[in-house]
Amino acid sequence: MHRFANPARFLKIARPLTLWLFWPGLMLILIGAVCGLLVTPADYLQGQTVRILYIHVPAAWLGMGGWTGIALAALMQLVWRHPLAAIAGRAIAAPGALFTAICLATGSIWGRPTWGTWWEWDGRMTSMLVLLFLYLGYIALANASARDGQGGVSSVTAIFGLVGAVNIPIINRSVVWWNSLHQGPSITMRGSTIETALLWPLGLTLLGFSLWFGAIVLMRMRAILAQNKVEARMQRLARG
Amino acid sequence: MKAKHQRLMLALVALAAIVGAGLLAASALKDEAAYFYAPADVEAKGVEPGRAIRLGGMVVKGSLKRAADGVTIRFDVTDGKATVPATFSGIAPDLFKEGSGVVAEGAFDNQGTFVATNLLAKHDERYMPRELEGMQYNETTHQLKVKP
Repeated sequence: MHRFANPARFLKIARPLTLWLFWPGLMLILIGAVCGLLVTPADYLQGQTVRILYIHVPAAWLGMGGWTGIALAALMQLVWRHPLAAIAGRAIAAPGALFTAICLATGSIWGRPTWGTWWEWDGRMTSMLVLLFLYLGYIALANASARDGQGGVSSVTAIFGLVGAVNIPIINRSVVWWNSLHQGPSITMRGSTIETALLWPLGLTLLGFSLWFGAIVLMRMRAILAQNKVEARMQRLARG
Repeated sequence: MKAKHQRLMLALVALAAIVGAGLLAASALKDEAAYFYAPADVEAKGVEPGRAIRLGGMVVKGSLKRAADGVTIRFDVTDGKATVPATFSGIAPDLFKEGSGVVAEGAFDNQGTFVATNLLAKHDERYMPRELEGMQYNETTHQLKVKP
């Protein structure tokens, strides 16, 4: 990984990779969303309402995946002092928070017609809301402890990212450990309880949103690196 | 030991300690963080009449009856181990039906009937097209078969 510690080498790969993630990702999202809305049959119990699944599940996956990425980046930053890890952590935080918010919003909209409530304080919903607050705390901490010319997050922020990872298995297990209004996991190691006829567009949107997430993170990392460069040049100019 | 390895050890030990603490806390919360009481919990622990709780379980097939006033319904809630009678006046969610999951908010009256003030429908993790409804789902093989 230290091969990519050199920003020039990283950028050489990141620039084309951004495009390769962005456009196929967008295509998959569009195909998946259109098929999920128009092609797949309605659910036997929920009817048309089930179609929000194709957005809700990828959003939940990326909200949790984003924090896993933050924790891995934090580990690389704290242990191996990888210079890009601090920047990656910061780049992941905003899209991760956004997808967590989308997950909560779509879940709420889905809950009203199916369960009969916008919001309940059950284990899954509460732990997911905690994840959103963790993201906001992480972003605030990163901004508050940022130093000029270093776009990455501080060590304190990285430690916070590592500690916050405790919440990820709790979200995952919340519907198994505790009685909850949210149903249990549909897709497990043993297979899926979503019938294939309803499942396949979810695969498309899951992959599509994941690629897109990668593209957004790369774009943000490049923006932070560019910002660092500008900052360094300004400081050289100021010194005359 | 190199400084890098020291940091790695420190991070891993700290992470293990935090995750351990988190899991301990979560398992200690097991009862407290439960969103509802199942009928078996009610039987085991006993819930005094009038105390506001949530009762969750399956609506027993054939138990749902509408009272003469047209808005009051009576049904039995079960978790397979115990069964509790419940009553509710008002508009139930669309997904509320016999053989399906329910979470009821309310309290027990003195006769041991659960008087619900609000009903929430709980569905399971299965999604399938209408054409497949009524087919039997095998938990172990994950296969659908036409019900005999």
